[in-house]
Amino acid sequence: MVRDVTFGQYFPAKSIIHKIDPRLKLLLLISFIVFIFVCGNAFSLALMGAFTVALVVMSRVPIRLFLKSIKAIIIVIILTSILNALYVDTGRVVFEVWIIKITTGGIARAAFMSSRILILILASSLLTYTTTPTALTDAIERLLKPLRFIGLGEAVHVMAMMITIALRFIPTLIEETDKIMSAQKARGADMDSGSLLHRVKALIPILIPLLISSVRRAYDLADAMECRCYTGGAGRKRMKQLHLVAHDYVSLLVCIICFAGVIGLNILF
Amino acid sequence: MDNIIEISDLTFEYTDNDNSETVLNGLNLSVERGSFTVILGHNGSGKSTLAKLVTGLLKPASGEIMVDGMSTLSEEHENEIHRRVGLVFQNPDNQIVATIVEEDVAFGPENLGIEPAEIRKRVDDALKAVDMYDYREHAPHKLSGGQKQRIAIAGIIAMEPECIVLDEPTAMLDPRGRKEVIDTIYRLNKEKGITILLITHYMEEAENADRIIVMDKGEIVADGAPKEVFADVKTIKSVGLDVPQTTELLYLLKQNGIDAKDGIISISECEKELKRILSEV
Repeated sequence: MVRDVTFGQYFPAKSIIHKIDPRLKLLLLISFIVFIFVCGNAFSLALMGAFTVALVVMSRVPIRLFLKSIKAIIIVIILTSILNALYVDTGRVVFEVWIIKITTGGIARAAFMSSRILILILASSLLTYTTTPTALTDAIERLLKPLRFIGLGEAVHVMAMMITIALRFIPTLIEETDKIMSAQKARGADMDSGSLLHRVKALIPILIPLLISSVRRAYDLADAMECRCYTGGAGRKRMKQLHLVAHDYVSLLVCIICFAGVIGLNILF
Repeated sequence: MDNIIEISDLTFEYTDNDNSETVLNGLNLSVERGSFTVILGHNGSGKSTLAKLVTGLLKPASGEIMVDGMSTLSEEHENEIHRRVGLVFQNPDNQIVATIVEEDVAFGPENLGIEPAEIRKRVDDALKAVDMYDYREHAPHKLSGGQKQRIAIAGIIAMEPECIVLDEPTAMLDPRGRKEVIDTIYRLNKEKGITILLITHYMEEAENADRIIVMDKGEIVADGAPKEVFADVKTIKSVGLDVPQTTELLYLLKQNGIDAKDGIISISECEKELKRILSEV
């Protein structure tokens, strides 16, 4: 049952979006998010929306996965819509009862805000669905490299190493949890019934062995890493070097055109 | 004789608050370059501690270990010793660092600061040497135990070590995985001339070794070629180990007054000996 949990959200497929250099992809996403908020009117936002949908289609990631991530924040979208609809008081009154007054301005505002969140979620999911967690960590480490000039180089490396190892051990620990759960169930542990408090208490005999074995693993891993000459980030050279290639530059250009379009539409209308 | 490892008067103890437990007691041992040595011993015989001492992870309490002429006590040679003597652990899961096979194998060479193209070459060669090249882009957690252990060995080979110490590498594997790993180790010794120090408690893994060392309670109780060591069935049994079934069969026959030869290990030799005995009856 625990086995169903997948880590990260990566969906392997062969698409141009998957192939873009992870560093560039991350930077593009950040600027994308900035430009979602730069959008001052429905036209520029519509351009961003259309662009995002085009990317989603190009990524060859099944649409249901995107729907799943939208589902996770549907409540936020509904709440934002309601609040905006209630508070904005411009334009023609559509509906009025007691102190509740909904205007055309409010509805327009609500639609604008929800689309913004929707585009934001689609764009961010696009990154996590098309980039492996390892590649993403790697990208962060490389992007933060300039921090070494202010003495944070080792800190960046250590953080990235920690994330990599955590990702590496998630499946191992899930498997272990499964084993411990079976072992405790075989001894008569009851984990699926009773009050919430009872069920939380039933987790203790699973968490403690898991913790102890993780500490043991950590010692072993530290020894293994030392044996493989690991002495921290200094002096380390990566086998896979990242280089920007033609399709990276094309993607960059396409995004810049889109961003320019947003600014243009902002000025025009 | 050219020795890669020389251990003299080695003593080691674990101290835990007030208690101290002596694990190794005045051990003397040297390992010849290019040889295949098996260390046999029961739990608590001090063999795993020895593995960590030889690779420099633990420091001797007294005595000295020289690896290729460098003492494991010197701080400045620490990394060089790690590079020359690799250690493979019992649990394959706990020694794999990366989420992709080839990136894990690259971990060691990356730490050495080698040029990327050279790392690539070493990783490919190492994966081919353990016959895992086709799995280079797989996720390690989806592989079998034997495959994972071979990845761990590849990770060590990629650093181009002189010697590999393996601390019960097959203890957690099924028979098939065990065979894969042992065959790989023997092949590396023959084809690449890497010195192997295999720590185990499975007799059958020791049959083809150049030398067997039997340890008990931190001391060496037997040392020699497999035939010599297994000939002394009494000593082996006294430290709680078993001899190969073939050796045991002939030993029992001899005990019962039949003139059988000592130190026979392989099944074919045993068969020949049995035929000889039967023809004489």
